[in-house]
Amino acid sequence: MTFIAKPRIDLPSDRLNDIGLRRRDYEGVLSTLCAGCGHDSITAAIVQAFWEMSIAPEKVAKLSGIGCSSKTPAYFISGAHGFNSVHGRMPSVATGAMAGNRDMVAIAVSGDGDSLSIGFGQFGHVVRRNLNLLYIIENNGVYGLTKGQFSASADVGSRAKKGAENRWQNIDPVATAISLGGSFVARGFSGDRDQLVPLIKAGVRHRGCAVIDVVSPCVTFNDHEGSTKSYAYTREHKHEAVKLDFVPPAEEISAQFDPGEAKAVTLHDGSRVMLRRTEDSYDPSDRSRALQYLETARSRGEVVTGLMYMNEDLPEMHDLFGTTARPLTDIPYEELSPGSEALRKLQAKMR
Amino acid sequence: MTTERINDFVLKIGTVNGTGSASANGMLMKALFRMGIPVTGKNMFPSNIQGLPTWYEIRANRDGYMAREARVDVMVAMNAQTYAKDLAEVAPGGFFIYDSTWPRESQLERDDITVLGVPLARMCNEHFDKARVRILMKNIAYVGVLSALLGIDRAVLKQLLEETFASKPKLVDSNLEAINLGYEYATANFTCPLPVRAEPMGDNAGHILIDGNSAAALGCVYAGATVGAWYPITPSTSLMDGFERYCKMFRRTEDGQNNFCIIQAEDELAAAGMVLGANWMGARAFTPTSGPGISLMSEFIGFAYYAEIPSVFFNIQRVGPSTGMPTRTQQCDVTMCAYASHGDTRHPLLFPADPRECFEMAVNAFDLAERLQTPVFVLSDLDIGMNDWMIPELEWNDTWRPDRGKVLHSAELDEIQKFHRYLDTDGDGITARTYPGEDARGAYFVRGSGHNRYGGYTEDAAEYQDVVDRLLVKWETAKSLVPQPVLREAPEPTRLGVIAYGSSDGAVNEALDRLAESDIHLDYLRVKAFPFNDHVEAFLEAHDTVFVVEQNRDAQLRSLLLTETETGRRDLLVPLLHYNGMPIPSDCVIKAVTEFCAGKEVAA
Repeated sequence: MTFIAKPRIDLPSDRLNDIGLRRRDYEGVLSTLCAGCGHDSITAAIVQAFWEMSIAPEKVAKLSGIGCSSKTPAYFISGAHGFNSVHGRMPSVATGAMAGNRDMVAIAVSGDGDSLSIGFGQFGHVVRRNLNLLYIIENNGVYGLTKGQFSASADVGSRAKKGAENRWQNIDPVATAISLGGSFVARGFSGDRDQLVPLIKAGVRHRGCAVIDVVSPCVTFNDHEGSTKSYAYTREHKHEAVKLDFVPPAEEISAQFDPGEAKAVTLHDGSRVMLRRTEDSYDPSDRSRALQYLETARSRGEVVTGLMYMNEDLPEMHDLFGTTARPLTDIPYEELSPGSEALRKLQAKMR
Repeated sequence: MTTERINDFVLKIGTVNGTGSASANGMLMKALFRMGIPVTGKNMFPSNIQGLPTWYEIRANRDGYMAREARVDVMVAMNAQTYAKDLAEVAPGGFFIYDSTWPRESQLERDDITVLGVPLARMCNEHFDKARVRILMKNIAYVGVLSALLGIDRAVLKQLLEETFASKPKLVDSNLEAINLGYEYATANFTCPLPVRAEPMGDNAGHILIDGNSAAALGCVYAGATVGAWYPITPSTSLMDGFERYCKMFRRTEDGQNNFCIIQAEDELAAAGMVLGANWMGARAFTPTSGPGISLMSEFIGFAYYAEIPSVFFNIQRVGPSTGMPTRTQQCDVTMCAYASHGDTRHPLLFPADPRECFEMAVNAFDLAERLQTPVFVLSDLDIGMNDWMIPELEWNDTWRPDRGKVLHSAELDEIQKFHRYLDTDGDGITARTYPGEDARGAYFVRGSGHNRYGGYTEDAAEYQDVVDRLLVKWETAKSLVPQPVLREAPEPTRLGVIAYGSSDGAVNEALDRLAESDIHLDYLRVKAFPFNDHVEAFLEAHDTVFVVEQNRDAQLRSLLLTETETGRRDLLVPLLHYNGMPIPSDCVIKAVTEFCAGKEVAA
């Protein structure tokens, strides 16, 4: 969303990935967000994940709504088609896009205003349809472009820059997505790329709607004392429930896992996620426990992160529809038209 | 006292919603059709599932006039709630048939018509056991009464029952019993047939009975649409029902997989977003809706206009404003669709006049949308969409292929130095697009914010204006691509003209024939699309008075004609309006034109 061309620098350290592309091939134009914005760190994590996974840029569909977060698809994978839609309506565009061409790798970037206020309905419905989509919510609790109003994700008691206190109940996208039947729900922090990159990779490879809520502090309007979405607050209260490692299909699982503490889940494409509980009580395959856990953490003022819930067995939208495996866009017209004879026969019954 | 009306009458049946009268009425309609008599059926139903009054009106007309006629020759009154209203509606010399199980002689008095009582409920109660069957068979029994009174061939009725219940032969027998009950009572008690009656006159070869929504749905299938997104809304719902029905018939692979995807969205906003997303990918996608849905979709419609995403919107118009009367008809969304969304926007509109044109224009709409890379609206209405029309059979040319418009694939991208999404290289205002998933060199960013001809974000004054000015060039191109209007010239030169569109066509054509008998002659231009082109301009130029016939209060097409043509002569265009929710009858046109002409004579 910028007109400033990004200088292309060839760094000797920039290696080629499996399809012969460098990391910079996964970058976009220069970001125009504020210096230090959490969103730029998420963009960097996306670039890293997609480059490491060797996904062909033209196979990626980037989608977004309106807001600071929604500008970011311009800042990654310039070889991918992008769709910066209208406010809060990105999920429907993504749904139509994936209905038309199910072979695309769809990545959606939204914000807390875009997904939890104006687009709360569409967010809910794309989750319950389990559209094969990576849905990242860059969550800063505040409206940046319109200069600092609270969003629906702002915690009760959180203070605005000028001191006003939020009294409205907050919407937690993670708890919401789990309760709506989401099949992959995680939370990350823009300041923790080591945690975020594997979450993004697993979300891409998960067959269904992968929601990742990423706490992403707004350095201009919501990074002060009294804010619960600041860098300082998040670092201090962040609590990782489950640690996730992503292992691509052909790769050996390294020996660093103790079989007793790690659980491997195989995704549909053969890649695996290794889940390591940081607490005995947590099980990301138990929906009701996950919700209970989130509620307990919330009451303590903790920011729980990691993969909170995952179910690889839930059918995604096309499974439920019984759509042909081939993208609908690839079906030649000759196979779509019933032809004149069929029309004649059909009309014989209309007499 | 009743003059003979053979193959020229209106039969109206008043029943209670949810009692299963639809199949009885459909059978009557089809029986008349098979006797070779041109017929139309109009359903006047409440916004309700069960319990409120509903009417079905069949017009049989040997000359093939299809418009609603505001006259009833034979009324079958099955709903005591509406007896008074139904009785009043019968034309002098007409007939009123009611269920005399509960006699109402004193209430049903009119000297100028004939009241015929048939104890339908009693006969069915005596003959059938189950309560629900009794209710259903009462409907079939009045079909039997009418077959005697109107001379409808019982053999045809039997044949229809056998076709309907091919898999349940027992039902054929019980239905036939009910028909015979009614038939025998009528022949025993009344002089049959009535002077108002049907006589076989051929077989209506080459014609079918179909509603506009089914025809439009078929058009979507033949156009190669693969994605349909929608939110249920009367009177458009049956369009998506039809698309699903035909897709299941024609679009299933051998292993039972779907070569289509139909998504019931959470609301119309989402339905529009889905249509845009699918079209962006290169699928042909559409949504059927009605006025309230277009209001909700307007944000995305403006987006599609500015970002130039092909998309097809069917608006099956119903009575507004607001929720209005969802089960009544109007042509009330013309201006809204023409300019839907904020900012400077204009959209091509297609106006089908009957189900056959719903089929043809559905196909055409996808071609236009992709050729012009813009939203295209098919403005049907409840009368066309949900009523049964007799039309010439639909035809299909197997050599037809979709016009996908200007699309660059890898081979074409090899030929150019760099792809720019909004760069007009041909001078027609239409720029090339690419499909996602094919080639990284064709990647671009779709956005509703300011963009320049290269597809980049801009807030530069000149760059912004460059793009919106080019959209006007495209609008000019659209004028040559949309369907041409249809001219019906008067038998002799005249300075009087009439312009109409969509479902008003039948009433206008019939009115013109009748006016000609009174020596009033008008040239008639039926507008099939917006934007208007030179033919419309020439027609306005060639006449001193042009009636603009439409089914809305505010003369919306007339407004468009004044704004979007060169004429500027407000006094040239005389509004001729009908907007009470019922389909426009020819009498309305005849009366207005006759009065206008009489007024001119007095003035002269």
